[in-house]
Amino acid sequence: MSRSTAVRIRLRVDPVACDAFGYCAELLPERVALDEWGYPVVDGRPVEPHLLELATRAAAECPRRALHLERVTDRAAA
Amino acid sequence: MTTATLHRTERLLRSGPDGPADPGLAAHLALHGPLSVPVRDDREWSHAVWSEVARSGLTGRGGGGFPAAVKWDAVTRSGRRPVVVVNAMEGEPASAKDRVLLAWSPHLVLDGAEVAAALSGARKIVVCVADDRDPTARSVERAVSERARAGGGRPVSVVRPPSRYVAGEESALVAWLERGDARPALRIDKAVPLQVGRRPVLLHNAETLAQVALVARHGAAWFRELGTTDAPGSTLVTVSGAVRSPGVLEVELGTPVEDLVARVDPTHPIAGILLGGYGGAWLHPARASVPFASRPLTEVGATLGVGIVVVVPTSSCGIAETARIARYMAGESAGQCGPCVFGLPAIADDLELLAAGRGDVGLVARLDRRCGEVAGRGACRHPDGVVRLVRSALDVFGDDVRDHASGHPCAGHAEPTVLQFPSAVPAPIGAA
Repeated sequence: MSRSTAVRIRLRVDPVACDAFGYCAELLPERVALDEWGYPVVDGRPVEPHLLELATRAAAECPRRALHLERVTDRAAA
Repeated sequence: MTTATLHRTERLLRSGPDGPADPGLAAHLALHGPLSVPVRDDREWSHAVWSEVARSGLTGRGGGGFPAAVKWDAVTRSGRRPVVVVNAMEGEPASAKDRVLLAWSPHLVLDGAEVAAALSGARKIVVCVADDRDPTARSVERAVSERARAGGGRPVSVVRPPSRYVAGEESALVAWLERGDARPALRIDKAVPLQVGRRPVLLHNAETLAQVALVARHGAAWFRELGTTDAPGSTLVTVSGAVRSPGVLEVELGTPVEDLVARVDPTHPIAGILLGGYGGAWLHPARASVPFASRPLTEVGATLGVGIVVVVPTSSCGIAETARIARYMAGESAGQCGPCVFGLPAIADDLELLAAGRGDVGLVARLDRRCGEVAGRGACRHPDGVVRLVRSALDVFGDDVRDHASGHPCAGHAEPTVLQFPSAVPAPIGAA
């Protein structure tokens, strides 16, 4: 069976850095919800390609630089 | 043969607690036998001892349960000489095992630290004792100076980080050694060793090192004479609560929890047994035949943790006791992560209302949702431990939860706590 290596992106919050500004949830409600105290609960599954640009913006605009795009390398059977 | 004379389950605590406190180096060597640890790098010796510890199946006794030999591998791979850190912080309020071990047998722990240092190429050993544990620090310092006079060992320093629940978490301890700030760090990849300066840290719980010292002397086969195939050896357990003889026991892993409890003589019928620690889990007495070992406990939703067993009697209220723990744990947050800072006090609020029978209709559902929201969202596992404990309380004290939720709290909720807290014991709940 041949295998291909796909590089995908997922979101991760640094809970120490996060100060609950909530911009991420405004910019990317598809993947980020806020808990009752305003802290982000991110969907840890890989980000679909059509959301990548928004995810990048959400990470860039976090005032605490607490939202990170993380590379996930997973081997999928081709 | 020395092993034949051992009392079956007394390996670490052979000289106590009934014997004299730390009998000194000569008596220690007479009791456990000599141990020669090379001062310079000795690959042959290291390989032989590493193999024995790997075959022994010894796992960490500080709550992580990680195989000791695998930890050495990860640290030595980095290529730099590590520093050996002995974690004797014992921040769990219901634990006394490391204190007892260091009072009765500090040389065994220091022997183990020497072995770990020699194996990993470390030239320095640091022992961490919380800043409010002077007798423990004195016992270690006495043993260290006795060894220094005897000569031959590596330099050992005793340091005193703050006595806080999370200060003993390994990344917090390393952060304190590095920059005096005992708060946990977010670790993305736990396989990457923590560092102090540019040195990787080889950190072990005090009991784990004492076990290493015994395996280095007597070998893997001897170690495995006690315990089960899956969980070999003995372990220290601190038993407290409604029992006539609370204290630290050394038990064979795999001993049924009910046997362990019977040894300390419960004073009342049992409502629940707290296992692991304040971030552990409740066990229903009907399930107390479960073996005291990591896998079987995990299978019933509990945890071995740091070997804590607290017996809560039917005259007490499990919900009120859980509320007190949740409040204490909320206060012990390092204050870094929102879900822990806000979530734990909210969970404690819910539990206190439930304990007093003053909750609203949606309380239990809200508590359950909050548990789900907080779990896994801190830099360290502090909030996760609280969530596990609270969820186990809702399960083990399920009938009670229903009565309390419908406004009929049990009489026990206003009873004084059977738990131990470091400072003032929280007031009985709903007493106002």
